[in-house]
Amino acid sequence: MSNVSISEVTKNGLWTNNPALVQLLGLCPLLAVTGTVVNALGLGLATMMVLIGSNVIVSLIRRHVGDAVRLPVFVIIIATFVTCAELLMKAYTYELYQILGIFIPLIVTNCAILGRAEAFASKQPVGMAALDGIMMGLGFLFVLLMLGGLRELLGQGTLFADMHLLFGPMANSWTIAPFGENYSFLIAVLPPGAFLVMGFLMAIKNAIDWQIKLRADAVKPDPVKGAKRIRTTGNIS
Amino acid sequence: MAFKQVTSPHAHGAKSTANVMKLVVLATIPGLVALTWHFGWGSLINVVLACLTAVISEALVLKIRKRPLAFYLGDYSAVVTAVLLGLALPPLCPWWVVVIGTVFSVVIAKQLFGGLGYNPFNPAMVGYVVLLISFPVQMTTWITPLALLPEGISHPDFIESLRLVFSSLAPVDGVTGATPLDSFKHTSGVTVDQIYQKDSLFSQAMFAGVGWEWVNLGFLAGGIIMLSNRLFTWHGPVAMLATLALMSLIFWDSGSSQSPGSMMMHLFSGASMMGAFFILTDPVSSTVSNRGRLVYGALIGFLVYIIRAWGNYPDAIAFAVLLANFCAPFIDNYTLPRTYGHTDRRKATERSED
Repeated sequence: MSNVSISEVTKNGLWTNNPALVQLLGLCPLLAVTGTVVNALGLGLATMMVLIGSNVIVSLIRRHVGDAVRLPVFVIIIATFVTCAELLMKAYTYELYQILGIFIPLIVTNCAILGRAEAFASKQPVGMAALDGIMMGLGFLFVLLMLGGLRELLGQGTLFADMHLLFGPMANSWTIAPFGENYSFLIAVLPPGAFLVMGFLMAIKNAIDWQIKLRADAVKPDPVKGAKRIRTTGNIS
Repeated sequence: MAFKQVTSPHAHGAKSTANVMKLVVLATIPGLVALTWHFGWGSLINVVLACLTAVISEALVLKIRKRPLAFYLGDYSAVVTAVLLGLALPPLCPWWVVVIGTVFSVVIAKQLFGGLGYNPFNPAMVGYVVLLISFPVQMTTWITPLALLPEGISHPDFIESLRLVFSSLAPVDGVTGATPLDSFKHTSGVTVDQIYQKDSLFSQAMFAGVGWEWVNLGFLAGGIIMLSNRLFTWHGPVAMLATLALMSLIFWDSGSSQSPGSMMMHLFSGASMMGAFFILTDPVSSTVSNRGRLVYGALIGFLVYIIRAWGNYPDAIAFAVLLANFCAPFIDNYTLPRTYGHTDRRKATERSED
């Protein structure tokens, strides 16, 4: 496990071992706050920041912390970064902070972060751990954005509503409403919608993997069946 | 001379899935007639539209799942789901409400779980609840029964009904009104006697609410037809209706302003009879043994009364059935019948001692 390649770490984080779609970690915030793109983006960025920070620090101290106390130490490190993220959001995006509410402090309990600290960062050099944090964070953010976008589009018929909470006044005109003003399909915004959309995203991922596997199998030459017999005498009529 | 060799079983029961399902559809006719008579063409349009949608979406999913079309479409299960959903939806609701509900029932609640026999929840009720949560306005607009329409106004005729359904316009105010359960939910500080005098929905009724009592009698008749054809045992429906009656008797405080209504009103309005005979008897999502069905039916009756009396929604069959579907495997575990030759009943999770 000590020598992993950069491409492997990247691929793992974004696709093969995606924290949300494959490991199914951190589902609670994932399902709870992805009603709109802006919520998803806010939570995704906060989680990514915590993930990178905690991975780097855990990797730096990996030789100095004994096995018996490593988990409490990891949790304290993660909690520190979550507090930073919370204070930053309070300072710069206060309204978004109020919307996300309890789910910002709850990033501490996001299993994806502790999982990466334990399974990867505590055994790898700093560079790799940081890269893993970035890639896992991006993978998580990507799924959050897909969920947020789909649920916002299906549920309230808009896309990128309220983006000014994160990007300031220049984002006021970003809202798109492809189905007109009066559209609403409440279930997509409510919790059942989160589970449904998540299920479909996972199904799509599995279908893509399946197609890739089929393609790979088709390119492979067929194994030769049985021994080839060569006729050496006479002509075959 | 060669004889064709056929493997056993050689005697076939007449109760194939398709026959059972066809009988269920036929048994809804008294209820459908009563609905159409009292509330106009809307219910009939709902049922037809839902059936078309159900067959088309089932065929599409089967195609994607690479399953034989004729075999699975021929068991009529999609049609039954569609008919039940169509009957439960408010007459003259917009066409897209019916279509979304049916697609949800057939595709997500049934086929995604593996098709008929694998669905943990009653498909029609899943569709209904999705619609009720998503489109509260359209789903709570009911039509006034024929007998109570003001002089000179009648229900829209067939062509006009079709136009209303497909243009998604709300029906005119004169022909929409509250259901009996709605009026109990939304009048506070008035005793039951006052509600009965003031609201013509009750003052002109025989025992439960104009129109609604006939609709429920229609579904009761359909249920008795199915019961006499032994499509299901009496345990589930009787347990549900008895518990509902018992609950409303216990909490009947001789008609104060807090009262949730009389026993007759609870038994014969809303979807009580349809729920008892057509919804909770679904063999897939309900319990298996007779004792289990008694518990399952009683649980539904109990939940229906609680949600009607103290919940946010006027009627509760769909929610109660879905909650009880969750419990069905658990109930099954504790209600296994005694095996012949054994003295005690066993639990399904028990290890056999060998």
